[in-house]
Amino acid sequence: MIDNHILAPIFVQLFTAVVQLMFWRKTLTQRFLSVGGSVIGLLVAIRLFNRVYQDGILTMNAANWDAPFGIVFVADLLSVTLILLTAIASISVSIFSSVGLSRQRMLYGYFPIFHFLIMGLNGAFLTGDIFNLYVYFEVIIISSFVLMTLGGRKAQLEGAVKYMALNILASMFFLTGIGILYGITGTLNMADLAQKIQTVQNTTLVGITSCFFIIGFGIKSAVFPLYYWLPSSYHTPPSAVAATFGGLLTKVGIYALMRVLSLIFIPDDFTRTLLMVIAVLTIVTGAFGALIKTNVRRLFSYLIVCHIGFMVGGIAMFSKIALMGAVFYLIHDILVKTNMFLIAGLIRQLRGTMDMEKLGGLYRDYPKISLLIAVVLFSLVGIPPLSGFWPKIFLFQAAFEQSQYFFVGALIIGSFVTLYVIANMWAQVFWKNPPQEEIIDDRFAPMQPYKKLLMVLPIAILGIATLFIGLNAEAVVKVTDKIATQLMDNTAYIEAVLGNKTNAL
Amino acid sequence: MELLLVLVIGLLYAAGVYLILRRSMVKLLLGIILLGNGTNILIFLLGKITKGTPPVIDEAYKVFQDIYADPIPQALILTAIVISFALTSFAIVLLKRVYALVDSDDLDDLNTPEEEDL
Repeated sequence: MIDNHILAPIFVQLFTAVVQLMFWRKTLTQRFLSVGGSVIGLLVAIRLFNRVYQDGILTMNAANWDAPFGIVFVADLLSVTLILLTAIASISVSIFSSVGLSRQRMLYGYFPIFHFLIMGLNGAFLTGDIFNLYVYFEVIIISSFVLMTLGGRKAQLEGAVKYMALNILASMFFLTGIGILYGITGTLNMADLAQKIQTVQNTTLVGITSCFFIIGFGIKSAVFPLYYWLPSSYHTPPSAVAATFGGLLTKVGIYALMRVLSLIFIPDDFTRTLLMVIAVLTIVTGAFGALIKTNVRRLFSYLIVCHIGFMVGGIAMFSKIALMGAVFYLIHDILVKTNMFLIAGLIRQLRGTMDMEKLGGLYRDYPKISLLIAVVLFSLVGIPPLSGFWPKIFLFQAAFEQSQYFFVGALIIGSFVTLYVIANMWAQVFWKNPPQEEIIDDRFAPMQPYKKLLMVLPIAILGIATLFIGLNAEAVVKVTDKIATQLMDNTAYIEAVLGNKTNAL
Repeated sequence: MELLLVLVIGLLYAAGVYLILRRSMVKLLLGIILLGNGTNILIFLLGKITKGTPPVIDEAYKVFQDIYADPIPQALILTAIVISFALTSFAIVLLKRVYALVDSDDLDDLNTPEEEDL
């Protein structure tokens, strides 16, 4: 079905950013515009989700050029689910950053760049053309470079050098892959590629090309040998920025991996083994990295790496149940990881530090906020019936069906280490008495009540969203079931994109 | 022509990777630029180089009468050049700032121990 409304999530963010550019020095107006734009983005996302859930895959051909020749935008259930989650995350981050960020950073254009970043994310989720995916990736990374360096402190710039070098390298791999793919098939439309790639005789070349994509997306999603940039850069920007990055940016890599592997390079035994090895090592190394960190935000950075492995493992097994697990985990992870970094920002606001050894006594001073945070921590660990629990059941089931016992072991290690580090963090930050010699630098208490509310509200929004997913797991399973079916059998996608052509001729 | 381009691509990739593996920030930057150009030429090569007319169909005909040059690789390269231009200029400014702050060109010096986080 052709529908021009697909572009709405992209345009809403673009217009928000452009209008904000006109209020360059008026940070108050920018804050309102940012929250307003995010709310409209959420409404648009809900509408699109409903349309796609009821009517099936929607497509849009730019300038009415027929599918394989022009540029297509495709909204299938995976895309719109991710757009919906991006909208929820972006609304929380824009509320949080309207009070949690210094005016100085806003004067350097934080809000417009943030909306350009969200635009890039929405575009990457919606495009049906592999070169456009590259272009949207570039929109994302150049916005994230600016967000990461805003403020210009030494540690930030040093983190940004590593982040920049590896992300540009990832783009090169991706672009090289696209070049070879165009050379062997002569098309860039993903649905068309899905058909034409099967007629290519030289399967070795196709395999090598798939490796280019896996490496490119692997750097972006921070999997085992390629993740070193993440822990060394994600703890440097302000918490609102880190929340956007931690919640959304690595997940784009996972999304792209799912899309490319389900449409173009259907995983063969070699790819599956490769991805499985990567997944197991990612989980184990990420978990052990998290064990030794004492800074809250560095700990979360390693947990991102660890949990990325769960999703890669789900993709590696590539059965319907495994993909259901991976997609469900993706949904859960976007909400929870965004929230974790916002919580880190709040902790810093409450105590002036994020070092666990210097923290303590938060439960005594702020019991209500602590309980809210506890709910989020529980769902991160995956205590039933919260949202982290359900996807793991699917992953375990798929792993047992395919006798992937290494992955089962890694899942258990990953889950237990997560439980351990979170319990340890809870004890250190919330229960332990604060060290005597530390001066508590509480910047939260003197704030005006509405500002306090604005800082806690986004955490509550995301917390409620995770609770909702956990308690309404049946509804989410229905959606993930549909998504996994679409991913396993790509004929519906191909027909939606290319089918219009046969009607027109 | 093709063979020459293949050699050039190989050379650019090899030099780019070599430079990225060095510890100097300037060499990192040069390596990224070389890799970018290597990729662009790779797309150009894989788009099949033909000496042909522009891909415009004459009004009297319905299909191409002549050998035509594929415009898509050129469009792709044009986009890729613009993007890599933007990324490179950002990288230059960033590395210049880092150099001013750290006062060193060595990537190994970029390891400030944990300081206060924001």
